[in-house]
Amino acid sequence: MRAPESASHKPPAVELRDICHRFAQGGRDLPVIEGLNLSVKEGEFLSIVGPSGCGKSTLLRLISGLSPPTSGAAYVNGEHVDRVRTDVGYMFQTDALLPWRTVLDNVALPLKLQKVRRQDRERRAREWIATVGLRGFENSFPHQLSGGMRKRVSLACTMVATPNIILMDEPFSALDVQTRSLMENELMAIWQRERKTVLFVTHDLEEAIALSDRVVVLSARPTKVKAVRTIDLARPRNVLDVRSELSFHQLYTQLWEDMREEVLSGYEQERAAARMQGADKQ
Amino acid sequence: MTTTAKRIWQVMVVASLLGAWAIAASQSLIVRDVVGDPFAVVTQLFRLVGSGEIFRHLAVTVEEAVIGFSIGAVLGAAVAFVLTFVPFLRRLFDPLIGIIAVVPRIVLAPVFMVWFGLGISSKAAMVATIVFFIVYFNVDAGLRSVSGLLIDRARIMGADKFAMTREIYIPASVVWILSGLRVSVGFAFLGAIVAEYLGANAGIGSLIATAQSLNDPNAVMAGLVVVLVVVVPLDRVLTVIEARTTAWRGT
Repeated sequence: MRAPESASHKPPAVELRDICHRFAQGGRDLPVIEGLNLSVKEGEFLSIVGPSGCGKSTLLRLISGLSPPTSGAAYVNGEHVDRVRTDVGYMFQTDALLPWRTVLDNVALPLKLQKVRRQDRERRAREWIATVGLRGFENSFPHQLSGGMRKRVSLACTMVATPNIILMDEPFSALDVQTRSLMENELMAIWQRERKTVLFVTHDLEEAIALSDRVVVLSARPTKVKAVRTIDLARPRNVLDVRSELSFHQLYTQLWEDMREEVLSGYEQERAAARMQGADKQ
Repeated sequence: MTTTAKRIWQVMVVASLLGAWAIAASQSLIVRDVVGDPFAVVTQLFRLVGSGEIFRHLAVTVEEAVIGFSIGAVLGAAVAFVLTFVPFLRRLFDPLIGIIAVVPRIVLAPVFMVWFGLGISSKAAMVATIVFFIVYFNVDAGLRSVSGLLIDRARIMGADKFAMTREIYIPASVVWILSGLRVSVGFAFLGAIVAEYLGANAGIGSLIATAQSLNDPNAVMAGLVVVLVVVVPLDRVLTVIEARTTAWRGT
């Protein structure tokens, strides 16, 4: 099934239409997402922010086909997502490296599963290992690397299979502030060169503004799109320098206005859920 | 404590235990009757090895253990994988496996004697039923321990069931599989020997049982020593293999 094409000749890279998603939680049917619509242009860097528990990660799972929505549909390059999309890149919050494989073998694995010849996959894996600055660590195991280095390996794993759409679920949230800025700048450099479509989930407004072309603010549960802001800061950007620009602060204030109410009601919801759980136990 | 110092202490502990046994045996008839005399045990061992008698028995026991172990381990691992991949079968068989697992398997020994006779097959069957459950529960626990995150990532990378098993499930649960196999080796010999006690015409177990019925504690102890000499190095080798295979875990 193909999505009807818009006036422009190309379908959006990612499109979400009337997405509803429910979770069964403690015997209650919990609507997480209700009537969410979103369209992402090819080559766009789009960040998704929202209060905790609003289903940001769930959106990425729906787009990748890892979980099906309760109703509504996701489209990738105009194609209905009805199975796991192996052509998207997915970088998880926790690095999901295989601990029994070396850095080289970890990065080469996506290519191995695509039946790329050993020589080719090792060459391409080595190139990406060098790109993320890990030359010399090809034969190390994940447990021998620091958190920041493991993130670099994850990034190489995500990029090596040359996906056109990359889903990133708070990829840098576990890193310390300095390492995080470094990684953000490297991601920017890679994106500037490759121009892939990126959907970047984060809870950090500054990170969202510094990286993105557009920032989508989600509401508290049941989640829909609360606001979409275009980030018109000049590119290429340095994520540290861009933070001192005046328009950065204006955008930040604007987005925080969009978010404030939702964060408060998200917080209320979480407290109410905790109270209910407490009541259930008694 | 350094490794050498620790070794010296360990040797001293064993030596003093043996010494105490020797002295007690030389002083007391009761001790000699109950646990034998270390020097007589050694003499007995020399006689068993010299006449080649021990090798005939050992070959039988090892054969029973190896056949039973292979059948039990392969079936145990296979069932764990099948039940993991086919949830319907898991729901069907989980209660059944749980019930059979709590029955002490040794009660089956007479049943196997009736079915397979006094020879090797009944002992191998005994060993297989013991090893099956140990390996099944270990491999099953290993497969359950595989993180959902790794599975999600593998699905995104385009892994089919076969690739998933090879790249994720087996390596992720190899620690469990190997420890299950290692524990099973000891139990394989235990199963074979105990089954031999209950009725057999050859094997270390029957050797020990005969010695016991002839009131010969030295021969019983000699049999135990032979079992130790076989099982302990085997366990060591498996421990080394286990450590090598899981070197990626670090410390």
